[in-house]
Amino acid sequence: MMLHLDAKDEAMLNGDCGPAAQLAMRILARMAGVYGAARLMDIVGAHIDSTVYIGEAGMEYAERLAALGAQVAVPTTLNVSGVDMGGWQDWAVPQDWATKAHRQMVAYHSMGAIPTWTCAPYQTEYKPRFGDQIAWGESNAIVFANSVIGARTQRYPDLLDVCCAITGRVPAVGLHLDEHRTGEVLVRLRDVPERVQRDEAFYPVLGHLLGRIAGDRVPVVEGLIVQPSEDQLKALGAGAASSGAVALFHIVGVTPEAPTRDAAFHGAPPHQIVDVTMDSLRRARRELTTSEGARVDLVVLGSPHLSLPEFKQLAPLLAGHKRHPGVKFLVTTSRVVALLARQTGLMQVLEDFGGQVTVDTCVLTSPMLPPEIKTLMTNSAKYAYYSPGLLGVTTAFGSTEDCVRSAIAGRVVRDESLWT
Amino acid sequence: MDVILRGTPIVAGEAQGLALVSPEPLSFWGGYDHHTGEITDRRHALSGHVAAKKILVMPFTRGSSTTTAVLLEAIKSGTAPAAILTPQVDAFLALAAIVADEMYSLPLPIVALAPDDYATIHTGDRLVISQDGAVFRDASLA
Repeated sequence: MMLHLDAKDEAMLNGDCGPAAQLAMRILARMAGVYGAARLMDIVGAHIDSTVYIGEAGMEYAERLAALGAQVAVPTTLNVSGVDMGGWQDWAVPQDWATKAHRQMVAYHSMGAIPTWTCAPYQTEYKPRFGDQIAWGESNAIVFANSVIGARTQRYPDLLDVCCAITGRVPAVGLHLDEHRTGEVLVRLRDVPERVQRDEAFYPVLGHLLGRIAGDRVPVVEGLIVQPSEDQLKALGAGAASSGAVALFHIVGVTPEAPTRDAAFHGAPPHQIVDVTMDSLRRARRELTTSEGARVDLVVLGSPHLSLPEFKQLAPLLAGHKRHPGVKFLVTTSRVVALLARQTGLMQVLEDFGGQVTVDTCVLTSPMLPPEIKTLMTNSAKYAYYSPGLLGVTTAFGSTEDCVRSAIAGRVVRDESLWT
Repeated sequence: MDVILRGTPIVAGEAQGLALVSPEPLSFWGGYDHHTGEITDRRHALSGHVAAKKILVMPFTRGSSTTTAVLLEAIKSGTAPAAILTPQVDAFLALAAIVADEMYSLPLPIVALAPDDYATIHTGDRLVISQDGAVFRDASLA
């Protein structure tokens, strides 16, 4: 298909809108060719994941764009960075890393983006609305925006998201268009009792399984008999976007594009039907634990970043207790949620427990963990999935309550009653 | 040079090297060490293999959208594969190659092959890739 650029696109490509817009449009137009797009379309917002610090090339890319005078054309939030500038010295982050990751933060902030520094931009005041065309990076944010909000974004990779933000344009392909938002695989919950569906750990486990089943297809979940909370859907999406490349899911009767099964499939039959039973959920739950035995060195919550409601849920579990001296207890969140938690007294409860907080980044995107941390425990499918490969640690997966009890006991303690 | 496979150049360039065939997709984030070019995803079939300077033959990328950033670092550091062959267009790989071209004039050739042609390549095949997406296989050295 031949790409047709409109007059505004051509002007950017010719440098009429400055050298930064020209570079961004050149990359975007080449990528539109790769995607097979016939045209570009306008967006109303962006979320930049290129903020994640990987190395000097990514920093140089941000600084090149910034030096050319790049400014975002639409309201743009920023994903996690590579460093918590307020607390990196408490951890194992090398000075050189902190300096360069901060340079990259400065470059992206200078483009006029909003310094949210969070992987949960959908839980900020900049949350998009149903039907909005947006360009978002960060897999968990993408799947939440598409599925739970009904906004429309492709899976924008790092380096491209910023080009979309600067030009205000995206290739008109994929999930931006109605016809690609239709369900492909029907996932039926079979005999999954309500008490399991009410449990908070059910959602990351189902998400992990959903990613395995769907790959890069659009799954439609049927058989949920409870109304999950926003945070539960967030945990589900993060799991599905880690074990698979899920950018959109539908849940019949829950998500906005799936009032009925027929609506989710746009009236067509599913390509495939997969039944999910307690057996398959138990297997998925086991996959999230790679450690053997009861050792735990760090309990970490907050991937995606902990929300204020999650802080509120956590506080009564912590109150009146202290973590075991051999186990660190860490919450990763955004700077805004941390501030609100401080103002509402929730942070004090965490600190009295012996817990710590890291903002603007997380344990996967900042080299903060000292080498003596060999096993971490988490309630997050995303942390559990990526930590072994990225950090060389083993993981234990459990509910939030399991995590807190383990931090107190100094060894992995899990309530298995729901899963046996 | 007795076999020619006609591919589609997603990002054009020339390269030669030994094929390293991955039976499964790979996420470069959490799966590829851009300091060494080693495949570090311990769940992956090629875990421990060094893909630097090889012609990486793999179905598609998986998972994280940070794959592009990791591959860009590898291209800059000289630890990237010499070229990547896929059975379909993979936008994440293409993006890293395009940005490397724009930033450093270091394009990484990315070629999409027809699935039947793709399936004929084996680890250790000596391959030469030309600008137009043609892949020459030297059967005498295979």
